[in-house]
Amino acid sequence: MEEPNEEPAKKGNKISRRKLLGGALAAAIVPVTASFAKYVQTGVEVSVDPTKVQGVPPGTVGKRSPFENPLRKPSDISSRTPLQDFFSTITPSDLHFERHHAGIPNIDSEKYELLIHGMVKRPMKFTLADLKLFPSFTRTCFIECAGNFRTGKEEMTPQEILGLTSQSEWTGVMLSTLLREVGVDPKAKWFLAEGGDAALLTRSIPIEKGWDDAMIVYGQNGEAIRPAQGYPARLLLPGWEGNTNVKWIRRIEISDEPYMTREETSKYTYPVNGKIRMFSFEMDARSIITYPSFPQKVERGWIEIRGIAWSGRGKIVKVEVSTDAGKSWNVAKLQEPVLEKAHTYFRFLWQWTGGETEILSRAVDETGYIQPSLKQLIEARGADLGGYHMNPVTAWRIKRDGSVLFKPEKYK
Amino acid sequence: MQGKLRIKAVYVVVLIGALLAIFLIFRLWTGNVKEPASFGFGKTATASEIAAVDFDIRPDGKGLPAGSGTADTGRLIYIAKCASCHGENGKEVKGIKLPGPPLVTGTAKSKAKTIGNYWPYATTLFDYLKRTMPYNAPGSLTDNEVYSLTAYLLSANKVIKENAIINAQSLPNVVMPAKKLFVIDDRKGGNEVK
Repeated sequence: MEEPNEEPAKKGNKISRRKLLGGALAAAIVPVTASFAKYVQTGVEVSVDPTKVQGVPPGTVGKRSPFENPLRKPSDISSRTPLQDFFSTITPSDLHFERHHAGIPNIDSEKYELLIHGMVKRPMKFTLADLKLFPSFTRTCFIECAGNFRTGKEEMTPQEILGLTSQSEWTGVMLSTLLREVGVDPKAKWFLAEGGDAALLTRSIPIEKGWDDAMIVYGQNGEAIRPAQGYPARLLLPGWEGNTNVKWIRRIEISDEPYMTREETSKYTYPVNGKIRMFSFEMDARSIITYPSFPQKVERGWIEIRGIAWSGRGKIVKVEVSTDAGKSWNVAKLQEPVLEKAHTYFRFLWQWTGGETEILSRAVDETGYIQPSLKQLIEARGADLGGYHMNPVTAWRIKRDGSVLFKPEKYK
Repeated sequence: MQGKLRIKAVYVVVLIGALLAIFLIFRLWTGNVKEPASFGFGKTATASEIAAVDFDIRPDGKGLPAGSGTADTGRLIYIAKCASCHGENGKEVKGIKLPGPPLVTGTAKSKAKTIGNYWPYATTLFDYLKRTMPYNAPGSLTDNEVYSLTAYLLSANKVIKENAIINAQSLPNVVMPAKKLFVIDDRKGGNEVK
């Protein structure tokens, strides 16, 4: 996760999606001009009429259309996923957000081992091949950085505001299966998870999560997990803050106490009414409208408002959309199937008559939790909010000329 | 009479057989095979294999190795191996963004989160320094160097006396100023904003 006090993201990409598509169409007829070369991959062969020439033959690895160029937005410590470029909830693996504490390690899967020891009958080590022998399980869920919220100016894209959340279909072994294999002492209360990167990142996790839905995953969207997401294996704690989903996991130590590691004490903690809240695991429900959003432009008439909602505590049961700056709320359609602890796509059809307004979304999860406003968060936690576990309702301003701007709300 | 009994017996046997067949088909159909207590995959880890990677430290001191250090020695190590990222004295310098975060509590005006005003446990320092520092050569510090750096950083933050000796016995007894501020998360979902 990023340092909460990091500067708001730099100026957004000013070219609109519509312009970009228009440009791509123009590029199909005329050679790519210098101004578009920045946005459309160079070296694209522009055919006069694709029905009059033979196309490219089959190949070993596919690639995106040269007219599509979704990109993460990297900083020194993280990269943000382009939420505005997705039509549904699975994040393409190469666009999954990144947050590393010491870069991406280069781990030889042949040498990889996961050690489980501590309060167990039999300390054991498992190679990647061993892990794959156990009964496997597949589930789709999000992973979100606990510091996933940026604000501060109007020219911000969904990627810049909330680009530290991504969703994959993960495959691996249930951690409970491995805990049974080593014979965990019934007196155990916690386990320490340690990554095999240069940060040797460690987090203490309540053992109940290990017995519940924790997994050691080696598959992401059907193939081997990407190095940036923890190759060859990572801990997956569905619904819990990203940092606890320890990547490149090499060791699990079963314990009766938490270890109070740096990541769970001086980081990933936040001020609440003069105190500092720690072990804040679940990601509370939230949502964001990804269309329309900055820097897109809309025209009068029918607009399908689209976005994603998710909760670390279970299923999303309702998403409400307001098109009048929060005065009234309408129930959006949820794309089935709605999965637990997963990005859920929502849509709301709206007829824009051309007046200036604000559009907002708010998520409700199956525990009855309603995504709060920034004001509600300040009332609950105090004015000194920090940067972790911030999930306020966010708004887009629709201007008369159809331009869409983020509504930044100051809180520090 | 006997014929009737024989028919009854055959009937019962057929019925039991049919029920058994249905049960087995149902089990196969649902794939509901009970997992064994152990699959037998993986190998037992030896004590030396565990010792090679198990150097985490708990707040009660469990895991702290032999050795010791003092702030004086630690200051020299700090200048040689840490100051290039964290600054000459580890304090926040207004207007200058160093590669590493500030470590030492500065003036009252500084809002920087430091070891002195934000870290709840002193043992975390030893654990973190040993596993990750220095940034350009993680894991290269000896246990005595880590003890000395820990002593220096605690002393610079005025948590311990300048001449205090930090070792496996004294470190868990250091009470950090921020410890009293930490509370466990009490959010539970439901219709409540916390």
